[in-house]
Amino acid sequence: MNFSISLTVNGVRRDVELEDPRVTLLDLLRERLHLTGTKKGCDRGQCGACTVLVDGRRINSCLALAVSHDGADILTIEGVARGDQLHPVQAAFIAHDGFQCGFCTPGQIMSAIGLIGEGQAGDDPERVREGMSGNLCRCGAYSGITDAVLDVQKGLVEADRRRSA
Amino acid sequence: MKTFDYVRPTTISDAIAAAAEPGAAYLASGTNLLDLMKGGVSRPHRLVDVTRLPGLDRIEHLPDGGVRIGALVRNADLAHDPDFAKSYPAVAEALLSGASAQLRNAATVGGNLLQRTRCGYFYDVASACNKREPGAGCDARNGENRLHAVLGWSEACIATHPSDFCVPLVALDAVAEIEGRTGRREVAIEALHRLPGDTPEQESVLEPGDLIVALRLPGEARMFSTHARYLKVRERTSYAFAIVSATAALRIEQGTIRDARLALGGVAPKPWRAHQAEQTLAGSSPTPAAFRRAAEAALVDAKPSGDNRFKIELAQRILVRALTLAAAGTPERMPALPASPFSSVSRSDPGEIYEA
Amino acid sequence: MKPEISLTQTPAHLRHGSNIGQPLTRRDGVLKVKGEARYAADNHPPGMLHAVLAVSSIARGRVTFLDVQAAKSHPGVVDVMTPANKPPLAEDPDAKTNPFMFRLDLLQNDQVRYANQAIAVVIAQTLEAATEGAALLSPRYQALPARVGLDAGESFVPPAIGIGNPSEVRHGDVEAGLAKASKRIDATYETPTQYHNAMEPHAIVAAWDGDTLSIDTPSQGLALAQGRIAGLFGISPEKIHIRSPFLGGGFGSKGLISGPQILGIMAARLVGRPVKLVLRREQMYGPVGYRAPTRQTIRIGADGDGQLTAIDHHAKTVSSTYDDFFEPAADASHTLYASPAIATSHEAVRIDTGTPLFMRAPGEATGSIALESAIDEAAQACGMDPLAFRLKNYAEVEPISGKPFSSKALRDCYAQGAERFGWSRRPLAPRQLRDEAGCLVGWGMGTATFPALMFQAEARAVVRSDGSGLMETGAHDMGQGAWTAFAQIAADGLGLELDQLEFRAGTSDLPDAGIAGGSSHTATAGMAIHNAGAAVIAKLADLATGDEHSPLFGAGNAGVVARGGHLFRRDDETRSESYAEILGRAGLTQIEARGNGAADPAAQSTYAMHAHGAVFAEVKVDPDLGQIRVIRLVGAFAAGRVINPRLVRSQIFGGMIWGMSFALHEQAVMDRRSGRTLNPNLSEYYVPVNADVPSLEALMIDEHDPHVNALGIKGVGEIGITGSAGAVANAVWHATGTRVRRFPIRIEDLVTASS
Repeated sequence: MNFSISLTVNGVRRDVELEDPRVTLLDLLRERLHLTGTKKGCDRGQCGACTVLVDGRRINSCLALAVSHDGADILTIEGVARGDQLHPVQAAFIAHDGFQCGFCTPGQIMSAIGLIGEGQAGDDPERVREGMSGNLCRCGAYSGITDAVLDVQKGLVEADRRRSA
Repeated sequence: MKTFDYVRPTTISDAIAAAAEPGAAYLASGTNLLDLMKGGVSRPHRLVDVTRLPGLDRIEHLPDGGVRIGALVRNADLAHDPDFAKSYPAVAEALLSGASAQLRNAATVGGNLLQRTRCGYFYDVASACNKREPGAGCDARNGENRLHAVLGWSEACIATHPSDFCVPLVALDAVAEIEGRTGRREVAIEALHRLPGDTPEQESVLEPGDLIVALRLPGEARMFSTHARYLKVRERTSYAFAIVSATAALRIEQGTIRDARLALGGVAPKPWRAHQAEQTLAGSSPTPAAFRRAAEAALVDAKPSGDNRFKIELAQRILVRALTLAAAGTPERMPALPASPFSSVSRSDPGEIYEA
Repeated sequence: MKPEISLTQTPAHLRHGSNIGQPLTRRDGVLKVKGEARYAADNHPPGMLHAVLAVSSIARGRVTFLDVQAAKSHPGVVDVMTPANKPPLAEDPDAKTNPFMFRLDLLQNDQVRYANQAIAVVIAQTLEAATEGAALLSPRYQALPARVGLDAGESFVPPAIGIGNPSEVRHGDVEAGLAKASKRIDATYETPTQYHNAMEPHAIVAAWDGDTLSIDTPSQGLALAQGRIAGLFGISPEKIHIRSPFLGGGFGSKGLISGPQILGIMAARLVGRPVKLVLRREQMYGPVGYRAPTRQTIRIGADGDGQLTAIDHHAKTVSSTYDDFFEPAADASHTLYASPAIATSHEAVRIDTGTPLFMRAPGEATGSIALESAIDEAAQACGMDPLAFRLKNYAEVEPISGKPFSSKALRDCYAQGAERFGWSRRPLAPRQLRDEAGCLVGWGMGTATFPALMFQAEARAVVRSDGSGLMETGAHDMGQGAWTAFAQIAADGLGLELDQLEFRAGTSDLPDAGIAGGSSHTATAGMAIHNAGAAVIAKLADLATGDEHSPLFGAGNAGVVARGGHLFRRDDETRSESYAEILGRAGLTQIEARGNGAADPAAQSTYAMHAHGAVFAEVKVDPDLGQIRVIRLVGAFAAGRVINPRLVRSQIFGGMIWGMSFALHEQAVMDRRSGRTLNPNLSEYYVPVNADVPSLEALMIDEHDPHVNALGIKGVGEIGITGSAGAVANAVWHATGTRVRRFPIRIEDLVTASS
């Protein structure tokens, strides 16, 4: 049976014909749309490497069926920078060495963007660590990751303060 | 995974009709079902996607003071709803201690209630498991079972229910509203999950096609909001299932416990309400001795199902701790590490001396 | 509080330039944060098919039936590769003509040697079809009882351990030393089965063109892989092009090409189209190596002053039934502490698992957690502070060999680490510290050490007519920052600014850079790069100094310094010339040279070469619930020259987290009856999460070592684990008073003790 779905991926509408309902959002992105920035670390929702934003929220794309997300607005790592201009989170990850091998990095960055958007962690390192615990990093770049997120959070607060001043 | 029919009905009655057939399963976010399908544990031939059914994603405050939560409400949305978190803090804390932010963003209330065990033999399709294949046997019974049940288990199955969310729900007398082939009915969460007995494959009282449409917490449950905690022991600081967990919710008036609600997680095939233990506390002062008595009562029927005797002691201790923390009062703000024994980490300074 | 990143610049280091020592951000950083770094599985050559492994669910026996028909009937399945139809190989996968050739499971027969062994490969148009096709094979077996665990059968003394070390080493009279000791420790420690679990599962995209093979696959050893593939397929190595620009972690598991990767190549051969094969996470538990479990018995004798009189360290471990890798755990006792008598020995049993493999600090990490625990137990028996005890038994020369150390700033590591941590305030007795919430607090330490190894590497350097440079070597970046560190070395070696340098690595067509393993890569390939640069500069200098039109005419090689793309007269820097000018006048479009990096046998036989460190840990333990949390880890390390402090700090942090994980988290649990792993995933096999790591500090101690190599590099990839694992274990003892000798430390180890 064929399924016609329509997704907005990184701001671009993609009409997809799926002959197979088993296709996960992750495999749709990687194998069919060739957006390989999002990674498969475990395929079972246990590592977070596949994190993308769906309708503004961070989820594990490996445990999402593509057909079930017809109409969704998806943001992947490929859609985060503006051309050569890095997103503040991306720049912060570089500045704080929030990665080593880089495999978990797209998922970490999408998760960080989601975390900041959720507005729960603020500038509390403990809340940031807890909030980012759904993204495993076997290289152990956690210290840099947390520092990067806190740095961006601080920057946002300062930008807000400047705007309202 | 196996190929399946995929249908996405737009009405509840269509959903029920599609799901009532053998081999069909409801799909909400899929965070449990898809994992089971990828592991070959579940092999439905039809998925009935309920995510677009109307009216199931609201949190409604009821005239009697209770709250009705649509089954499609996301775990994260419920936990972060300010009014809900304030009124039912132990439930919010339990939700936030489970899984990861990504999973909580996707997982639904209904799905959380029905999540299946994490028993390694259940997941290992080459092992004998009476849940997966009635009559096949239980390889956990004489296998690696340090994490298995100490209450409510049978020779046929010693698996535990992994949900955090369900633990305070049973303590607070939550109710599931169900639509099915025979119409609408309600089942207390405490009665929703079945003990394995001889039929561990029957995990709940749901009939084919039954769809949980809402979860309701009674108005009375709000009365515990000032003294309610959920606590969880696990083998890493976050993103891990409970070894044991406990909720304690107290109504304290003039220094006396008027009413206590207690439940345990990680110890049984279903979230374990501790009625006997609650009774020992009614009218007591909230003292360590009273809490220990309650904990002993809660685990009085506990028996190891394998190398897990330590869980009995641990479950008693966590219940005492949950009671102690509940008696101290619900924190103003959700802790940074919800449900963790490490409520806060003070970044220790070499200059700081700890007290002996 | 963030530690300062110090610039390790001293005048002696600034020979040509100033890139070495700079904490530069990673050169591949932008690619990685944008998701543009291409890993093997990210490739999609036209016409590619998907391959999925079918793996055994028994640990021992034979496959008697595969329902190939059912698999092939699944829509989208193109073919099924089994022992019956696999393409022929030129070499027996079980041939072993050298000790670094590991026997592989390449469908050579119907025998099953371990659970998760490959038994077929399903190839399909889509990943979904291939995955289900593999399930539909529904294998049937003739199963034999599985042999599992350290007590599975008769043990034997392996002929060699690790990468060819002797099983037994005896120095002095251990029994006499123990007999005359006033305090004796006799303790047995157990370490678990662990898996590398790099975030990137092993993967390969393979495409044949006649008998030319192109593959994208993660590799820590390109030339080794090339050679192995050449032998298996009977083609010459030049016909094999391997691209491995990025690895999503290796930790040793990608050092040698694995069975599943070869199966991907065979599948591509079978179907005549490019094939992508990616292991599922659960399939990572078996065919791609692991750290074997050990049981270690350590006996220590000390005299009345706390001086060691003997160390006896015995380790029992396992290997597969069909190949050898024996975790060299007891060797950890060779070099750390001064003792007149030291004996190390190993024994092993064969069990029905895949063959173990080197996993980050193989032997060193495993032996370290036991040794550092035992040393602490000895300190306790002698009534001494653990740091004082270690200082008392500080080895001024290498124990056993008696060689002087090429450099050993371990005293500074102890002192600076202890100072930063606040160790002097530590009460001697356990269970003395609590925080304001009543949690038990403990402080523990461990000594870290890792040999400064070098293997062999070659690099090629080019200076072009526009004055820019190119450095090439088949080096590997698995996250340690090779692309950046090597570029820094290359820039200095070529006397160029970094932005004038092109650095190429990660493909097999480039000069052989050896293996990224043993913490040797930066030193080995770094020296090759350094030497290649020096060789090119020498050629340029020859051109200039021999050219009467050059301002450098007559200066002679020794009289010339290279910097910023120019050569200067050493005695008069106003006389200089750019590379472009030199080449231009000589009528050359470019000039090139090669360089090698290797250990200096003379230096190696004279000096003991190790990196050192000291790690201090603070843990909190809930007194009733037994849950443990590491609160902070402070490590001070001396590893010679630090090429890039930013990268080194991250490597050390990574190692320290692995050490914590060793003590508290990781364990693969196997069912004794089936021989299957019960937690073959990332949910129940615990690697630390972000919240497990509240505070890390790494101090790099300045250390100038003129003997290890000209650049003074020792390597930091693995040392972080050693010392850390023991520090955490010792901290848990200090918090609770309970000495747990089985790792990972579990909640019931503490709860049962306190009930």
